[in-house]
Amino acid sequence: MVDTGFFALAALLLHAFAFLLLALVPPLRRRGRPAALVSILCAAGSLAAAVQAWRTHGGETISRLVWDWLPAQGQALATVGVLADATSTVMLTLVGLVALLVQVYSLGYLSDEPQPALGRYYTYQSLFAFSMMGLVLSPNLLQLFIFWELVGLCSYLLIGYWYQRPAAARAAVKAFWTTKAGDVGLLIGIILLWRQSGTFDLTELRVLVESNALPLAGLSVITFCIYLGAMGKSAQFPLHVWLPDAMEGPTPVSALIHAATMVTAGVYLLVRTSWLFALTPDVLQIVAWIGAFTALLAAVLACVQDDIKRVLAYSTVSQLGYMMTAIGAGFAGAGLFHLLTHGVFKALLFLGSGALIHAVGSNNLSSMGRLAKQMPQTAIVFIVGTLSLAGIPLFGGFVSKEEILGGVWESGLVGPFVLLMIVAFLTAFYMFRAVFLAFFGAPAPAAAGHSHEAPHAHDPPATMAAPLWILAALSVAVGLYTFFIGPGPLGEAGGAAGAEVVSPAWLKPVAVGVAAAGILLAWLRYERRLVDPAVFASALGPIYRAALAKFWIDDLFEGVFAAGTLAFSRLVGWVDRYLVDGVLNALSAWTLTAGDDMRSMQSGRAQDYVYGVAVGLLVLLLWARWALA
Amino acid sequence: MGLQAYLTLAAVIFCIGLFGVVTRRNTIGILLGIELMLNAVNINLVAFARFHADVTGMIFTVFTICITVSEAALGLAIVILLFRIRRTVMADHLDLLKG
Repeated sequence: MVDTGFFALAALLLHAFAFLLLALVPPLRRRGRPAALVSILCAAGSLAAAVQAWRTHGGETISRLVWDWLPAQGQALATVGVLADATSTVMLTLVGLVALLVQVYSLGYLSDEPQPALGRYYTYQSLFAFSMMGLVLSPNLLQLFIFWELVGLCSYLLIGYWYQRPAAARAAVKAFWTTKAGDVGLLIGIILLWRQSGTFDLTELRVLVESNALPLAGLSVITFCIYLGAMGKSAQFPLHVWLPDAMEGPTPVSALIHAATMVTAGVYLLVRTSWLFALTPDVLQIVAWIGAFTALLAAVLACVQDDIKRVLAYSTVSQLGYMMTAIGAGFAGAGLFHLLTHGVFKALLFLGSGALIHAVGSNNLSSMGRLAKQMPQTAIVFIVGTLSLAGIPLFGGFVSKEEILGGVWESGLVGPFVLLMIVAFLTAFYMFRAVFLAFFGAPAPAAAGHSHEAPHAHDPPATMAAPLWILAALSVAVGLYTFFIGPGPLGEAGGAAGAEVVSPAWLKPVAVGVAAAGILLAWLRYERRLVDPAVFASALGPIYRAALAKFWIDDLFEGVFAAGTLAFSRLVGWVDRYLVDGVLNALSAWTLTAGDDMRSMQSGRAQDYVYGVAVGLLVLLLWARWALA
Repeated sequence: MGLQAYLTLAAVIFCIGLFGVVTRRNTIGILLGIELMLNAVNINLVAFARFHADVTGMIFTVFTICITVSEAALGLAIVILLFRIRRTVMADHLDLLKG
């Protein structure tokens, strides 16, 4: 099946072409809109190639195109190329789709930007899509790591797109460093694995694993190191702190980062190496527990955010926790399935929130309200996305979420299962909280004084609306297809990467019931205002306050790392100032005083010198007589 | 009288010359001291030439006398110039090299 590999390579290289063109031809980049068109055209071609690759991939057969790289004695140390199989091609399609829609959407969203900045934006976008596709198609871990780092770099560049804003610059650096902390683990893991197996190649590794030829000693350390990398990229506790701050970037960038690139990289890596992780059940346990804990933590945090993008950001962290739990439970296929459906509706939600922000001019839910009348289209697509995320039947996320819950139940992880059920309830609650606050009800009491109803708010222009409708239609289509026919091609991608899930019969009604309860509570609390907010606040007082403070995790990090670094710097500064400089200063001071003391010998009178010469000569003669005789 | 007596005389004259150089305040006195030291050397050279029956020492002495004369002329010229500029020839006032 060389065709599949060829199409996959074409999808990858089209983005590289767009990036190189924009990066190397400054006049084109500075013109802005033409640059955007080049980038969008390449993205469209790339999506077509990706779809073609997905359509033509041959089930279990794997299409590889590899070239030698890093020549060593005998054979090459590593290779570069593409590995197109069920998992990578479906992921490729998702990346291509979201990248294209985000680029089209950005054309409307960033229409007020100066042209050179727009060109820069599209340059980064192309590089981002290229990096993510390269990561997805990597046939070996070394190439994967290179693209992994490129993805990190691109997220840094795009989060800091408005680099004039201090908050954005700080968020970009935070994202870069936090993920970098995990990347170090990944690099160590890859190198250790190479020492153990002698290869970076995923296919060869899999053969080794399946023929039980890989020594198991120390493998837990390796898989845990690899998991650390995934933890950083996929925002798992405690490395999740960068993701909500990453909201400082433009909203389409958030959509891209959250739906298809960057954060999905960690989950994808674990799916890609799930056969390796299967050898180390203890690490899988850790993955599952941390995943479930992350899901709960982020869901609680999402309930108290006022910034609509932060609600969505925490919901992404929460859903990533879901996927990680599924992988930890041994059902990598379910994790990937949820990753794909989540990618579609999360992109939809983010782009929808972008439309809201574009119309209202503020990120805050408290300055929105009753927008459904003014922005009916946005309201419809946003609610479709919300229903998908909440796990309502017939919508995108229902089947994949249920598969995860079923898998976790089946593998006997009762603790994580309970956590995930609570999260399902909270997810429905906080998402509908956002919907009610933004689209329905009265303007919030806080905002009533200076009516923020934004009379000029209206649905977005076509370039922004079209991606929204496409994604909404896809969400519904995926939901209907998976509900009535079964996971189909999406599940097939999962099936290749993990075991089938047979969930118990009672799970479906319970999951729906939990989600419905969450929606009901949100309705009572925010639409009908039947529950007194004061009662709510006093009942959940401590948790509420803790959640508002992000459970002090950011503060803790600041305390440990920022203050620790500062203290260390002060120590080093003290050593430099007083020890290193001190020795030098003392030396120079001694030289000065010595010179000062010696100058009194220099009377300047010639006779004294003659006297000195005569006495010195005499002494020398006497000494010579005494010593040499 | 043996060689030793000449050498002793030369040493004594050398030391007197050195003493003069080191202690005289007047620059002309210092020049006189230097002349004495040079002549002490001359006595040595002539004495060795006489006692070793070698004429080389005497030839050297002639050279030394010539050089001494030139040196005295140069030295006096320098002293006169010095006096014109500094209005003094006292050695302990000439301490521009003082550190």
